[in-house]
Amino acid sequence: MSGGVPDGVFPGNTAIVGVHEHESRFSPDKSEFQIMGECAREALADAGLAKDDVDGLFGASMSMGMMGIVDLAEYLDLHPSYIDGTNIGGSSFVAHVNHAAAAINAGLCSVALVLYGSTAASNSVAIGTGGRGGADAAASFTTPYGMTTVGSYAMYANLHMHHFGTTSEQLAEIAVTMRRHAGLNPNAKMRQPITVDDVLASRVISSPLHLLDCCIISDGGGAVVVTSMERARDLAKRPVQLLGCGEAVTHQETGSSDLLTIAAAQSGAAAMGMAGITHDDIDLAMIYDSFTITVLATLENLGFCKRGEGGDFVGGGRIGLGGELPVNPDGGGLSSNHPGMRGIFLIIEAVKQLRGECGERQVDGAEVALAHGTGGTIGDKHSGATLILGAG
Amino acid sequence: MASEIQHPNPNANWETRGWWEGAGRGELVLQRCASTGTFQHKPRGISAATWDDDIEYVVAAGTGTVYTYTVTHQNQAKGFAEACPYVMAYVDLDEGVRVLTNIVGCDPEDVTIGMAVEADFAAGERDDGEAFAVPRFRPVGTGSGSGAGAS
Repeated sequence: MSGGVPDGVFPGNTAIVGVHEHESRFSPDKSEFQIMGECAREALADAGLAKDDVDGLFGASMSMGMMGIVDLAEYLDLHPSYIDGTNIGGSSFVAHVNHAAAAINAGLCSVALVLYGSTAASNSVAIGTGGRGGADAAASFTTPYGMTTVGSYAMYANLHMHHFGTTSEQLAEIAVTMRRHAGLNPNAKMRQPITVDDVLASRVISSPLHLLDCCIISDGGGAVVVTSMERARDLAKRPVQLLGCGEAVTHQETGSSDLLTIAAAQSGAAAMGMAGITHDDIDLAMIYDSFTITVLATLENLGFCKRGEGGDFVGGGRIGLGGELPVNPDGGGLSSNHPGMRGIFLIIEAVKQLRGECGERQVDGAEVALAHGTGGTIGDKHSGATLILGAG
Repeated sequence: MASEIQHPNPNANWETRGWWEGAGRGELVLQRCASTGTFQHKPRGISAATWDDDIEYVVAAGTGTVYTYTVTHQNQAKGFAEACPYVMAYVDLDEGVRVLTNIVGCDPEDVTIGMAVEADFAAGERDDGEAFAVPRFRPVGTGSGSGAGAS
């Protein structure tokens, strides 16, 4: 066992046994489902399992709507006994692992496959700066005002700066750190080092966020295989044990919410409480970095530092490799890949780190990792899902 | 010089029509739960506090303060691409509810958190001929009043 979680009890009786991140960042010749299928094949091979072992199917994408998970089952020619197409934005896959573990614990499936695929870059999707909302009656409270994804995060950033004196230089440190990490990841899309000055000199997209405060847009996808700890012991790779999980949603309530409190506060506390660990036990954090401010807000809300102290916390090399809390050693969405819904890569990198498979970007002696996905926008409404994983 | 925002027409259903038609009369019509006294926005068919249907309607003062904002320099969407840079903001109304809006009537660089603002209505007409308006806000004292059509 790791942390305070016994092997025989949920969630410690479940493990991630196979992962695969699609190497490509630009795949104009592939479909979303094709990318998912390729990742499924590789993740099962990684686990030492086969297609016929899969009896739980979990997935979401930017284009999978109603019946999407059934379409995916048909594409893959699977007949799972448990299906879950939960789509709560980019955090969906973190939630899927939570759900898969619960289903396995309940005996409803034994080998769960979690999938994501996207051709956002090939399709030239304006993820951050296209109009956001839609045309229905509820969306009509945002669409007429030119809401964008980046704009929502920018309003959060501006509020944080106003209350706590957080600076653009401090946010830029996050982008610079992610780019440095990406330089150690051969598959990362953007590997050329950048400086704080480069970030500040890049054009403002939605004040106070600059171009280099924003994640990149790529194609890509991934797969994660979850099974029981008992079965995991006999498989190909060292199992990565689930130690804790939590989910939450945060929204505008009845029009008087505290915007600075994001879903991570609730889901993170739940996951860490379940795992029976403290912040000091965590060796690395995979944090959804749609924008630099997302990292700062998430670290604060997860309790790694006090509210308002995130600007100082992300400086001084603390979140870089070799620092006190390495964040996103793969380079994150800011520099490695961001095909629209990044949550699955948080899990994949955490698993590879806990297995010690990360080469130049390996966090030495990583035993416990936290992965936190954010879906939606923190300046409006969003979901948060947290996983605590341990080297089994 | 950026052009004015061309607000896409909001779509309304029976739950939200009161808000848009109120705006067409130059009023911000808020919902309040009759049993708890809690205001709620966005409008709903039930009280979010109790899940009962005892909702009353109150005309707001039309004034508030900027809670937070951003100056948007890039938005590919129709009606906004040509209007960049424009200000998107949350405004806390005096009644205690927050609305997403645009701040107009001043240089985007002059907007600050905590700035006192008042409603400003961009009039429109739905396909069925019903008048409505999109409420925006402007710094207090900079407008010609808050009547329908002022912009």
